[in-house]
Amino acid sequence: MTAPNRAAAETPEPAILEVEQLRLSYGSSPALHGISLAIPRRQITAFIGPSGCGKSTLLRCFNRMNDLVDGVRIEGEVRFEGRSILGPDVEVNELRKRIGMVFQKSNPFPKSIYENVAYGPRVHGTKRASDLDDIVEESLRGAALWDEVKDRLHESALGMSGGQQQRLCIARAIAVRPEVILLDEPCSALDPVATAKVEDLMLELKKQFTLVIVTHNMQQASRVSDLTAFLYIGRLIEFGRTEQLFVKPREKQTEDYITGRFG
Amino acid sequence: MTADTPPPTASGKADAVPRRRGARGRAFIWLCGGALAFNLLLVVGQLALIGWNGMSYFWQRELVAFELTDGTRLLGEVHARETFRPTDLPAEATLPWRVQVKVANRELTGADFVWIDERLIANQERPADALHFERAEWGNFHGFLREVWRGDELLASGAAAWPLLQEQMAQKAAQRAQLLDLEKGDLGDVNHELEALRLARRRLELDAPPESERARIAADLDARHELLDERFADLSTRLVELRTQLDSVRVVCVAADGQSKELPVGGLLHALRPNEMSLAAKLLEYGRRILSFLIDDPRESNTEGGIFPAIFGTVMMVFLMSIAVVPLGVLAALYLREYSRQGTLVRCVRIAVNNLAGVPSIVFGIFGLGFFVYGIGGTIDQLFFPEALPQATFGTGGILWAALTLALLTVPVVIVATEEGLAAVPRAVREGSLALGATKFETIWRVVLPAAAPGLLTGVILAIARAAGEVAPLMIVGMVKLAPALPIDHHAPFLHLDRKFMHLGFHIFDVGFQSPDVEATKPLVVATALVLLVLVVAMNVVAITLRNRLRSRYAGSAL
Repeated sequence: MTAPNRAAAETPEPAILEVEQLRLSYGSSPALHGISLAIPRRQITAFIGPSGCGKSTLLRCFNRMNDLVDGVRIEGEVRFEGRSILGPDVEVNELRKRIGMVFQKSNPFPKSIYENVAYGPRVHGTKRASDLDDIVEESLRGAALWDEVKDRLHESALGMSGGQQQRLCIARAIAVRPEVILLDEPCSALDPVATAKVEDLMLELKKQFTLVIVTHNMQQASRVSDLTAFLYIGRLIEFGRTEQLFVKPREKQTEDYITGRFG
Repeated sequence: MTADTPPPTASGKADAVPRRRGARGRAFIWLCGGALAFNLLLVVGQLALIGWNGMSYFWQRELVAFELTDGTRLLGEVHARETFRPTDLPAEATLPWRVQVKVANRELTGADFVWIDERLIANQERPADALHFERAEWGNFHGFLREVWRGDELLASGAAAWPLLQEQMAQKAAQRAQLLDLEKGDLGDVNHELEALRLARRRLELDAPPESERARIAADLDARHELLDERFADLSTRLVELRTQLDSVRVVCVAADGQSKELPVGGLLHALRPNEMSLAAKLLEYGRRILSFLIDDPRESNTEGGIFPAIFGTVMMVFLMSIAVVPLGVLAALYLREYSRQGTLVRCVRIAVNNLAGVPSIVFGIFGLGFFVYGIGGTIDQLFFPEALPQATFGTGGILWAALTLALLTVPVVIVATEEGLAAVPRAVREGSLALGATKFETIWRVVLPAAAPGLLTGVILAIARAAGEVAPLMIVGMVKLAPALPIDHHAPFLHLDRKFMHLGFHIFDVGFQSPDVEATKPLVVATALVLLVLVVAMNVVAITLRNRLRSRYAGSAL
């Protein structure tokens, strides 16, 4: 634990992702101003903060999705398992295999349910049909979706409900057996029932994976996460154990935000 | 304008909101609706006209025997009736009617069609024994059957002649099929091999191998040549035999004007007595004619017989064009949309591509002639077919060059449609794939392209619709009035992309405006146009069905 940050000392397990003095700007407009934090293994870390505070941007640094944006400039350091992931020589596809992502709006491919889940393994070289069958079943069970869709695996994924689609995206992400799953406001388009299902799922997935979630919903952050980071206009204001941050925030801004005085 | 629209300066009724005329646009709605209705009317009218005239071409009309006041006798089918103004008619008199009669018997009367002034008709009847022959040469014959002869032997006459004729015709039809088989099959093979031998000899001269080997090859060729000559002689004798057999039986007929005419039964394709045919028999004959129109070769310099080679040529050319245009257009669109940086240059390219679609098609034809035929084709000939020179193989118009020319013509359509299809694939879906660790190529190949497939097929549909109707550029890159052979046959390599081909569009022009008797071929033109229309629709329906199947596979998709 070399990174100088406040949260590191509080986490019992060693960090899987470390961020150090990360600065990011889109063209000439800065989005992140020197963020440092460490995300522990097999825990749920939540990023909260008002819109435009940079929490999604930070999340997208972990799997280099910001590469797709023209004119983005990144300084600082992000380490995954102790190795820097920002360098040009990093195998991005390999990185994204190990750090999966679930998006704000469910984005299943216009293919069958089976093909959606099998897509990642196929891309990474699994060819045997029996292997794929096993992975699909395992992943769908892992996403608590198997019982609902086992009879229509070969129907279009676009015919599923919104909540099912989002859980399919989670199944799709875990099918490549990543170590970290990034969730970018995964429940913002879901109704409360579907949200509850996804939250239960996250608590289940925590046993195997490290989860990082961006959310607007503070109840959600307090319900599921072990650690919470509060970001405000590109700065990390406070990062700590969720119960401590919500009950006894150290910073005035954090308190104002979680009590709803702004944001 | 002034009645209900106060000028802006009139401030007297300032509180009342002035009603501008036309503000609600009711007249505009009527105008739009009217324009649409007019368009529909034109399309439906055209379809109905072509459909009706095209389909009625195949119906066997009854034969009417006319006796005119001056004693002339005619036998024919009534095709049209109209009023006309004779030169000697007083201005105030009602216009008389005239009928158009197809009298056939081209070699006797000189013209297929005549107009008869109805005032001159003394008598008309429909004799039951009036006969309609469809002949291999000289068009149809109308008349009455008298006798059937074999050589100098009278086989039948009077009432017995008709059943005997039908029997004989069935026999001769089989013999004719044999003859055709021999000519096109065996004799064609021999000719094909003779040509191959000639080319082999020429190649021997060009290659100039060592003397010993040269002698050996030459001897081998000579031996093969001798064998072929024998086979050729053999076949020729059989051909002559068959021809004599075909001509052995003759019928004697009398035309309406009393002229007697002797016809070899071998030259008669079909014989009918339309006036005693039942409706069912006529319907059967109608179906047979449509079928033979679709599957037969043309006769009499395209004015009779079927249009099969033209249908085949059109479909095959469009097929080849699709094979060429899809990869070309799709890859170009992929680069433009997915890989290139969206800047001024790409915008210029896009504008250029769109403008390409507006270039007159004949310009593409000239380009195809210069680039494909003379440029690439000429080079191919020099490199691979030197023995055939100066006769060109690929260095002359052919179905391949025609297809490629049309592919160039239609590629903008495919590019534009594919680009639209690609643009409609949401960014979120691409990110989903990338986030799973797929490369950009894998994402495009496995997710984006399948999702854009319906858009791509829309482009193909438009390309087919355009290509199937295009005639002008084809005239200079390989389309001909009459092609001796189809581009596919049983001689290796089976698919002959260098061959010239026939095309329905050109067939219509040729039959309609280049044949000696335009009046006689008018129905043929319409029927051919109908076939072309049906063909284009059919090819489109196939593509649309394919697209809908793709779409329904992703039901619920916004793509």
